[in-house]
Amino acid sequence: MGKTLFEKIWDSHVVVEKDNGPSLIYVDRHLVHEVTSPQAFDGLRMNNRKVRRPDLTIATMDHNVPTTDRGLPILDQTSSIQIKTLEKNCKDFGIKLFDINSSNQGIVHVIGPQLGITLPGSTIVCGDSHTSTHGAFGALAFGIGTSDVEHVLASQTIWLEKPKSFEIKVEGKRKNPHAVTAKDIILSIIKNIGTGGGTGTVIEYSGEGITDLSMEQRMTICNMSIEAGARAGLVAPDEKTFDYLRNREYTPENYDFLVDYWRENLKTDSDAKFDKTYTLNIDKIVPQVSWGTNPGMTCDVTASVPFPEDFAKDDLNQQKAAEKSLQYMNLKPGTPITDIKIDRVFIGSCTNARLEDLIEASKVIKGKKVSQNVRAMVVPGSQMVKKKAEEIGLDKIFTDANFEWREAGCSMCLGMNPDILSPGERCASTSNRNFEGRQGTGGRTHLVSPIMAAAAAIEGHFVDVREMDLS
Amino acid sequence: MDAFKKIKTIVTPLDQVNVDTDQIVPKQFLKLVQKSGFGKYLFYDWRYDSNENQKPDFVLNDKKYKNSKILVTGDNFGCGSSREHAVWALQDYGFSVIIAPSFADIFYSNCFKNGILPIKLDEKIVDKLIQESGEIEVDLENQILITSSENIPFEIDPYKKKILLEGLDDIALTLKYENEIRKFEKDSMIPSVL
Repeated sequence: MGKTLFEKIWDSHVVVEKDNGPSLIYVDRHLVHEVTSPQAFDGLRMNNRKVRRPDLTIATMDHNVPTTDRGLPILDQTSSIQIKTLEKNCKDFGIKLFDINSSNQGIVHVIGPQLGITLPGSTIVCGDSHTSTHGAFGALAFGIGTSDVEHVLASQTIWLEKPKSFEIKVEGKRKNPHAVTAKDIILSIIKNIGTGGGTGTVIEYSGEGITDLSMEQRMTICNMSIEAGARAGLVAPDEKTFDYLRNREYTPENYDFLVDYWRENLKTDSDAKFDKTYTLNIDKIVPQVSWGTNPGMTCDVTASVPFPEDFAKDDLNQQKAAEKSLQYMNLKPGTPITDIKIDRVFIGSCTNARLEDLIEASKVIKGKKVSQNVRAMVVPGSQMVKKKAEEIGLDKIFTDANFEWREAGCSMCLGMNPDILSPGERCASTSNRNFEGRQGTGGRTHLVSPIMAAAAAIEGHFVDVREMDLS
Repeated sequence: MDAFKKIKTIVTPLDQVNVDTDQIVPKQFLKLVQKSGFGKYLFYDWRYDSNENQKPDFVLNDKKYKNSKILVTGDNFGCGSSREHAVWALQDYGFSVIIAPSFADIFYSNCFKNGILPIKLDEKIVDKLIQESGEIEVDLENQILITSSENIPFEIDPYKKKILLEGLDDIALTLKYENEIRKFEKDSMIPSVL
């Protein structure tokens, strides 16, 4: 019987295999950031261990860096200590660091691909659950905890039980690909399979609905695999993948040789069997808006806030969860989504802060102004994204419309830096998690695509972007 | 890591599904650079109001459960962020066993690195344990939970069981495979970054 793409990558990275229990898997790329690494480096020091492969390890600072002028000092003392700690750790252990002043600084999952560090067929780990993003390039990429960060630093390997394989086929064609985006596809998937639907699996996304997407859109899909519980999500690499990574700063010298190999080998065999499958047809999907406190609590922009009783047929626990969410979100069942007024807009995060995302968002704001009651900000995913956006004048379009135009970082996706919601504020956000308090204690998050967020900023409430002129 | 010992305490019932790691430890506490002292931040926004007063209706603030070492909770516990700080907080607070119908993958893996035993049980059994909120004895060696009325067996991977029971340092164990790792590196076709 044939093998799936996931099985091929897995098999080619097994260092030690046992009859029962986990296998020892080799790690080709280890990405490190300031928040989940200090305790790992401390562990190395305590045990007198070195970093085994500094040449496979790359660090940046993204989670708690301020997004204001890079010339200003970091006022938050604890943030400042964490950032200095990473600088010291990288220096002591010989690790390449893109620090706060580097032109390559940015969200770790944005800079990996843009620098050609992410490669098809490789294994990539990082102490961050959204490492699944890199799966868009046909890499097996997943998030790990700090103990495993230490383990990988010391041994360049990780013990892992082999996950199950899960194929999600995305069939059909979107009628309006500017209005209905990759974000709407992945939110639809999570809405249907649930936030635990992918637990214990590696997802392979396939079908016309996926191959049609650009690399940056595929990253949005793979990024949110973890929101369905899957540690990793993959897309088989194709010519778009190979073209995207060619001639980047860290693209390997023997790239064309590697591409020939990848082209032949990195695909699921026609007779391979997945442990689980799910099919979504996207002919008729519409823009999505989350209404609750996990990414599965999402509905069509044309719908209304659901009634908790609607969930009782599945599970009483789900009904209770919906009641609790609506209370937190301060939403009344039956309210049309387009009647929900917002206070803040955040365009950013490893899900949706790449150049294409910013270009798409800019389409609905040109020549318009952000609603008087809304404060809106754009946080590019990396300094390079920011620079490229500025080269084509996007910064001007955003600032003319009264959006704030910031430096790169994770920012209000998780609110570790000063970019947070105040209690009770409601935000249209292009990020990945609408958990209670995620963007600030008491803040209320609605997950949407970049173009939906931009349109909401202008109108002051959610709108169906299909009704707008997007030419 | 300390070896996992038999324990017997009252269970703390947290009757909620999809408890994410942002709730277990909110982000404002992730800036610390050490592993210790996270217990006071556990479920922070659920435990305290904006003036840092305890919220009386949250289960952890009920004195009855003060000495509990066993948390019983709903489906998909520990979903979301990979932050190991969530496990450090649970451990520092005093929990050493978490029982749920299912766990998120990264959280589940993080537990074993810190001497916490996560136990997966059928949803009906978990619901019953939550309703009873009684005393349970956890015997990892024999993979059994002993309640006042019954003995409930549970499954666990033998390697993970050994790690917990012996309190092993898995990096030291891995480094014994130096020859295998070196051979893998020699044959690998993925080049260095730098």
